[in-house]
Amino acid sequence: MFDSYIENTLQYYPEKCINCLMCIQVCPHVVFTEGKEHVELKKPASCMECGACAGNCPVQAIEVESGVGCAWAMIRAALRGEDMDSDASCCGEDGGCC
Amino acid sequence: MSKNRDTGSCCSSDSEMNTANFIPMADLDKKRSPPEISETTSVITSSERFGHFLARCGVKREEHIVSPGIYKLGNPTSDSPVLVSANYTLSFDALRSSLAGIDCYILVIDTKGINVWCAAGKGTFGTDEIVYRIRWSGLDKIVKHRNIILPQLGAPGVSAYDVKRMSGFKVEYGPVRAEDLQQYLKTHTATAEMRRVRFTFKDRLVLTPVELVHVIKPTLIAAIVLYLLAGPFGAFIVVVTAFAGTILFPALLPFIPTHDFSTKGLILGGIVSLPFAVFLATTSTISSAMSPLENVLTALATFLIPTAVVAYIALNFTGCTTYTSRAGVKKEIFRYVPFMAFMGGMGLLFLIILGISLLEVI
Repeated sequence: MFDSYIENTLQYYPEKCINCLMCIQVCPHVVFTEGKEHVELKKPASCMECGACAGNCPVQAIEVESGVGCAWAMIRAALRGEDMDSDASCCGEDGGCC
Repeated sequence: MSKNRDTGSCCSSDSEMNTANFIPMADLDKKRSPPEISETTSVITSSERFGHFLARCGVKREEHIVSPGIYKLGNPTSDSPVLVSANYTLSFDALRSSLAGIDCYILVIDTKGINVWCAAGKGTFGTDEIVYRIRWSGLDKIVKHRNIILPQLGAPGVSAYDVKRMSGFKVEYGPVRAEDLQQYLKTHTATAEMRRVRFTFKDRLVLTPVELVHVIKPTLIAAIVLYLLAGPFGAFIVVVTAFAGTILFPALLPFIPTHDFSTKGLILGGIVSLPFAVFLATTSTISSAMSPLENVLTALATFLIPTAVVAYIALNFTGCTTYTSRAGVKKEIFRYVPFMAFMGGMGLLFLIILGISLLEVI
C-alpha cells in the first residue's frame, strides 16, 4: 500500500539476450546486472520506463511502454481531453515541468 | 517499444520525425560546404553564471539556447574525441566546464533548447537528429575515427545501433554526469556509480525556484482574497502552504514516510496545517463573536484545504524527479486525485457554511 511504483510495463525476455550489456550501460537505475549467459533483471521495480534499454537493445529482448512519469503533463493532457499517454504536453513547451 | 514513444523517438523508419528530417537530409546531398567550426572554452564567465541563475528561476526559459554546430575545445586533432550535447545552455556549459585541459570536439545538436534527458524523453535528442548533425557538420572529414560520445541520459531517445547503421559512427555512452567525464575519458569505461542517476538534496533544491514560480500567481490571488476575507492570518496560511509544497516538499522528499508522492504530500501538508487548525479551533480570529461550531468549521477548512493543495503540488513534482515511472504516476493520479479533490471540496464547503453563518450574525 502507498506504493504505486511496484509494477510497471518493463518486460524482459532473457532467452533473446545476447549479453551485449548495452542495457546495463544505459540504465540510470541499475535495473539490469551482469549474469552468466545473459543479463539478469535485478530490480524491475526501480525501472522508470525511460525506454533507454529497449531502444538500445539490438535484439528486442526488452520491451517497455516508455514515457515520462510526470503528473503535471498527464493531468494537463487529461484536462484538455488529450491522450494521457502521449508525450505531447511534457517538458519544455509552454513552460513545461522540467 | 511502445506506440507512443515510437513517434517521439524516431526509431521506426516510418515515424513523423523521419519525414520531417527528409527535406534537410536531402539538402545535404547537394554540394554544400559544412558549417565553420566554432571555438569554445571550458571557462564559465560570471555573466554566463548569471544566465544559469535566471534559467534556474524559469526566467526567459526559451532563451537559454546554444547554436547547434560543431565546436572545438582546446586544440583538437583528427584523433580527438567527439562529444555530443543538447543546445540548452545549462547542458552545454556543464559539458564544456567539465572538460578543462581536454582537446576535443563538441557536436551540439538541436534539441529546441531542452536539456539532454527531457529532450531524449521526447525524442528530440534522438537518432535522426544525431545522424543529421553528423552529416551536416561533415564530421567524417573532421575526425579520422568513427566514434561519438553521448551523455548516458541521451539514451532514451537514441538507438546506438541505428546511429551506427545510418551514419557509420559508433555511439559510446559516457557517464550520466559531465563531472565524471575526465575520469571516463581515460579508459572509456564508466563505473557503476557513474551510470547511476542520483537525486541529492542539492539536485532537489535547485529545482525549487521554478516550482515556486509555477505557483506564484495563484498563491498571490489566494493570499489577497483571504486577506480581504479573513485578515493577515488567512494570507499567511496561503503563503505557508505554497512554501510547504514547492520548497519543503522537494527538500524533505526522501525523509517523508511512504513511497507515493501524494501520500507524502498529504503527510507533509497535514503536519504543516495542523498547528494552524488547532489554533483556530480554540481561538476566534475572524470575528470575536464566533461560536465554537464556527471555530471548528474554520479549523477543519484550514486543515483540509492546505493539506489537499500540498498533496497536489507534491504529486506534480513527480515529473521533476529522476525516478518516477509513467505507470506509477498514472496509478497515483487515479488513486489520489479524487481524494484530494474531495478534501479540498469539503474544505471549501465548510468555508462557505462559515461565511453564511458569519453573515447572519452581522
